[in-house]
Amino acid sequence: MTRMINEMDDTPATEVMRALTLELGDEIFAIEATSVREIQDIVPVTEVPNAQAFVSGLINVRGRVVPLADLRVKFGMDRRAANADTRIVVFEITLDNEPVIVGILADRVHTVTDIALSAVEQPPNVGMRWRPEFVRGIAKHDDKFIIIPNLGAIFSSTLTQPKELETEGRN
Amino acid sequence: MKQSDPTETFRQEAQDVLEQLEQSLLDLGDSLEDLELIDSAFRALHTIKGSGAMFGFTEVAEFVHEFETAFDRVRKGDTAPSDALVSVSLDAKDHIALLIAEPATHAAAGIKILNQLRVIVGTDTACDQQKAPADASAITLETAPAPQPNGWAIRFKLPKDALSLGANPALLLDELRELGPCTVRANIDDIPNLETLDPEVCFISWDVQLQGDCSRSAVEEVFLFVQDGMELEISPLTTERENLNLPSKIEATEVIEEKIELPSKRDDTPNPTTRGSSSLRVAAERLDELLDHVGELVIAQARLSQISEDSRNSSLMGVTEEIERLSAGLRDITMGIRMVPIGTLFNRFRRLVHDLSSELGKNVEFATSGEQTELDKTVIESLADPLVHIIRNAIDHGLESPEDRIAAGKQEQGTVRLAAAHEGAEVAISVSDDGAGLNVDRIRQKAEETGLITSDSLISDGELNRLIFNPGFSTAKEITSVSGRGVGMDVVSRTMDALRGRIDVSSQPNNGTTVTLRLPLTLAIIDGMLVRVGCNRYSIPLSAVEECVELPAEVAENARGRNFLSIRGELVPFLRLRELFGTQEPEELHQKVVIVSTGEQRMGLVVDQILGNTQTVIKSLSRLHANIETFAGATIMGDGAVALILDVVQLMRSAQHLENRLRDEKKGQAA
Repeated sequence: MTRMINEMDDTPATEVMRALTLELGDEIFAIEATSVREIQDIVPVTEVPNAQAFVSGLINVRGRVVPLADLRVKFGMDRRAANADTRIVVFEITLDNEPVIVGILADRVHTVTDIALSAVEQPPNVGMRWRPEFVRGIAKHDDKFIIIPNLGAIFSSTLTQPKELETEGRN
Repeated sequence: MKQSDPTETFRQEAQDVLEQLEQSLLDLGDSLEDLELIDSAFRALHTIKGSGAMFGFTEVAEFVHEFETAFDRVRKGDTAPSDALVSVSLDAKDHIALLIAEPATHAAAGIKILNQLRVIVGTDTACDQQKAPADASAITLETAPAPQPNGWAIRFKLPKDALSLGANPALLLDELRELGPCTVRANIDDIPNLETLDPEVCFISWDVQLQGDCSRSAVEEVFLFVQDGMELEISPLTTERENLNLPSKIEATEVIEEKIELPSKRDDTPNPTTRGSSSLRVAAERLDELLDHVGELVIAQARLSQISEDSRNSSLMGVTEEIERLSAGLRDITMGIRMVPIGTLFNRFRRLVHDLSSELGKNVEFATSGEQTELDKTVIESLADPLVHIIRNAIDHGLESPEDRIAAGKQEQGTVRLAAAHEGAEVAISVSDDGAGLNVDRIRQKAEETGLITSDSLISDGELNRLIFNPGFSTAKEITSVSGRGVGMDVVSRTMDALRGRIDVSSQPNNGTTVTLRLPLTLAIIDGMLVRVGCNRYSIPLSAVEECVELPAEVAENARGRNFLSIRGELVPFLRLRELFGTQEPEELHQKVVIVSTGEQRMGLVVDQILGNTQTVIKSLSRLHANIETFAGATIMGDGAVALILDVVQLMRSAQHLENRLRDEKKGQAA
């Protein structure tokens, strides 16, 4: 991820990031379109007892069992019930050098758009509601602020974090 | 698939042959007088030399040549087999592997090994022999038939399929030429006319007059590699050909025929020219692919079953049943293909034990049992590393020095036993030594030093013993080259986590330590019992299920009291899955209990409903859910939804902890 930011700094203003924009709560998020595998309508979600709230479910994506994550948990937003606009965005990320396919919930999926990297700014150190390491940058696009989440950091944080509901001590 | 590279084929075959060689050598180390083992080692060396030269690994061929000669001498009784010979040959085997893996970079090491060999077999003075293969006969002079100063008349014809099996007559002729000046005449009488000529069959036979001072066996050796099914006549060459007397010719042929019989009678060497079509080498990835597809098929079939049941169309149901039967069969066969007896793995450790025992100056007997126990190939491969660490530990830390053993009133020779056996739905692989046992006090002291436990923590010996599997935990006072860094046991523990296995350690002072690795038998597809808890469905591996009973109302009511159920007079603890999973939905009026067992222990799992049996394709959970231990994985059901698979062993453990905690709490209250 640091590499990406460096690239943003170095590259000329014409460079763009092709991104999928989606809505979560009242915010618009952009994730890199190249990592997205598919967008699904909401499917039955199997709840994983005692899992962290962020990745509390599993879904079937073409015969593959895929964890379903909810970014709203990490960004401290209210969880809304699914409605006709709810989608699941399935994409690939790298965790501990292993590719992992995950799904995230989106209240609504907007479009695929090019965001000029020159319009992306580092997240401010103060005045932000979210943990700074979870945000890669904030872009201004069509007069709206778009959050570019640092998905690697977000998902990695669940690997190190102990489970929220401690059932039994490890042996 | 890419075209098979002949060099690659050689590498693979060489690896097989080298393994064979190693086994023969190790066996030979145990029983030095066993001639069959010497023969088998000799054949392996000869095969490597021959095929090495054929595929351009001249370095290998030259290096092996001297060992081959040495074993030939041993074979003929000129040199007595010795431990030193076995030991240097094992080094040579490693060196050959290196030469094949990275040609042209290890010459120096080879010279050292060869020098050692020369000292052992007493050919020290004849250092230059290596360069002149013809001199091989000089060594065999005493027992081999007296060499004919005039040379030999050789007539040979290759078997029909020799060319397609990779034999090259030109190379054979070259080898003969190395023995001495040759006159070669090709006999083309047998070549059919062009219409009936099969270009892949060798119709030519050769007459060779070899002038030179070499033994019959040297000539025979040229053909050893291709001798099965070939016609070969070797007769002494006299100055006048007509003097060639018939009886001696026949005799010679007979001798050869006898020789030819030998390898096939006790053939355990994979000889490339005789390898039949009974087995097939398949890339492991293709088997993985096959298994993936079978997995998908099983899922699709489960969906079909559900649809056909809903349709109540009898002909559809008939076909569905047929497909169900077929896919179950296909599944079993596919799984079976991947099962490999664990003996293949055990053999590798004989070498390790052999090397370690000489390195550490401990006399170690290595005993194995249960070699026939079958396990999935990938599991066997990933077990190699952990077992290396455990065996190293057993020999380095477990077994005492010979002096200490005698002082303790034990036999000087220590024993390390490696055993595998099926236990219920698991395979148990144990490494036991008859050494001093784990020093519980030392472990405790070390654990307190490193802050793993506090000095006042109450912890059972069993739990203390398990601490040795923590990363960086070592009680060794000195770090030896073999072990003591505390890394090895951590490798064991991580591998077992990845394989969903577990580790048991038991130890008795002065009687030794046993480390047991328990692995689930099945990896990819299992029969499962589908149950419902709240609105979620879970699959329980059917192999662990013993029976299902209804939760008696009186037990259900005094719920918070003792969680025990009487099954035919025996008390079985039970676990309410809804409590464990924090299920919110109201519970079913008549709860069911699934009694599961892990071999020695039984436990009841209380569920809302039993839905029936399903074929369960195990999909492992992603890293994001790796810390949730109660599930062995997930599966996709007939309706496309995901169900979690319960990990019975882990549940059993949690139940144990839960019970201990309840007991402790009660104790606390009482006090």
